[in-house]
Amino acid sequence: MSEPAIELRNVTKRFLTPSGGIYTALRDLDMQVAPGEFNAVVGPTGCGKSTTLALISGLEPPSEGQVRVNGRPVTGIVPNSGFVFQSDAVFPWKTVLDNVAAGPRYRGTSTREARKQAREWIARVGLAGFEDRYPHQLSGGMRKRVALAQSLITEPRILLMDEPFSALDVQTRTLMENELLGLWSLTSSSVVFVTHDLEEAIALADRVTVITAGPGTVKGTYEVDLPRPRNVAEIRFEPRFVHIYQEIWSDLREEVLVSYERQKHSAGAA
Amino acid sequence: MSVRSIRPARPEIATVAKALPAVAADSTQASARARSIRRRRLNVYALRVLVAVVWIGSWELLTRFKVVDPFFFGQPSGILQKLQTWTTEGTALGPLWEQVAVTMEETVIGFVVGAVLGVAVGVLLGRNRLLAEVFSPYIKAANSIPRVVLGALFAISLGLDLKSKVATAAILVFFVVFFNAFQGVREVDRNLIANARILGADNRRLTTEIIIPSALTWIIASLHISFGLALVGAVVGELFGATAGVGELIYSAEHNFDANGVFAGMLLLAAMALIAEALITALENRLIIWRPNPVGTDIKV
Repeated sequence: MSEPAIELRNVTKRFLTPSGGIYTALRDLDMQVAPGEFNAVVGPTGCGKSTTLALISGLEPPSEGQVRVNGRPVTGIVPNSGFVFQSDAVFPWKTVLDNVAAGPRYRGTSTREARKQAREWIARVGLAGFEDRYPHQLSGGMRKRVALAQSLITEPRILLMDEPFSALDVQTRTLMENELLGLWSLTSSSVVFVTHDLEEAIALADRVTVITAGPGTVKGTYEVDLPRPRNVAEIRFEPRFVHIYQEIWSDLREEVLVSYERQKHSAGAA
Repeated sequence: MSVRSIRPARPEIATVAKALPAVAADSTQASARARSIRRRRLNVYALRVLVAVVWIGSWELLTRFKVVDPFFFGQPSGILQKLQTWTTEGTALGPLWEQVAVTMEETVIGFVVGAVLGVAVGVLLGRNRLLAEVFSPYIKAANSIPRVVLGALFAISLGLDLKSKVATAAILVFFVVFFNAFQGVREVDRNLIANARILGADNRRLTTEIIIPSALTWIIASLHISFGLALVGAVVGELFGATAGVGELIYSAEHNFDANGVFAGMLLLAAMALIAEALITALENRLIIWRPNPVGTDIKV
């Protein structure tokens, strides 16, 4: 087997809480993503899904264990990676054009050339004509397109996405999911896509990783052998989809219940 | 086309006609609302003028009929006269515009020096945790002393000319701008920083392209307050000893028991502050075009 693009070995991540306590977000997490694979990570709220992405991208170091990307241990920001955030992370003081051109510019491309590339990508995500707008002048879905173009323009070998579409309405979301699959099929990126929505996970991914209620560890991984190209809006009705959904949900449900009970208790205590 | 051929269309005309009153009602309502908004605005202006008339008029009358002694409290007509004398015949210190220019020069230089240093130190400490922790007790201590008093020190150490006033103005401006810049830097959205870092921004790019633009809202807010403070610094500096300037003008009026002169000086300072405020608002609207709500659209007090 070829070397995995992303590998987490026995990773534990602890945080200091503001009150001085220690919070364990991930415990002994093992995970592998093959080159070019679309891996969706699902789990209940607060299970450390986002922390996983922070570790892979190099934004945070693990407390224990090792994170390897493209065969090399991660120390600091991983080059050739892209990250699409849950909240808006496009720069509000830059126009759409300059937002998308930021990546190449930061990596040493001349502003002129970066803007040329940016125009191409803006057209590719369907925002031609909006180059001079500021993010606040765009809708939530359009801002997500900007964020996608901003990440993809750097042609990342690994693309990390943290519930990128969770703030969008259902229709926009389905459109964006299809668009993402279209754009991704043109690249050879390995994707880690964090979501709490199992339907979204199955519709998009080659493989679904279920994480347990915090401290997070891998509960199971599931192949999604649905053919590509897929239409996200329709694939949900395929018998095979329903079958896979039921299989994963029987595992996920337990974790969701555990997490829900915990939240109720901490809410009761507070 | 004959008249007859239009006939079949009649029922439609009828429906359109039925729909028309509703549209008309909508547009009358809209114009009625526009009218009431206009009327309200006029009312507000009228009431504002009324407040000024009542205030200044009662002041004038009370002093004219000696209910209140104009010697101590000044008199609107006297203040106007004073301003007129100053503009036409010049002041005891020389032509009026010279005094205004002197104070303006001190204020503007002090403002610029204080603001630039404030932003620089604010960004530096905001970005560097160690420096922030080392210096924070000193900055808190320096902030807790009434800094205007430093004007006296500057008058001794820097002399009675421009330098001491600039220093007083600058130190007042510095702290306000510094605290805002520092806070602005600390409040930058973590996600934006993470995003820029992943896109490959180095520390310099992070500072110039993410941190400073993001903190700019805070910094500019502080500039509004701090121009007024620069003016205070310059005038207080002049009070501690000077040969020219609006502050000195006020000081000499005070020594001649000329209440009207003090008020006239105050009016001059207020006019200077208002003009500067307008300039800063214009600058703000230029620098922060990316913000959803440009300044100046809502009521400010």
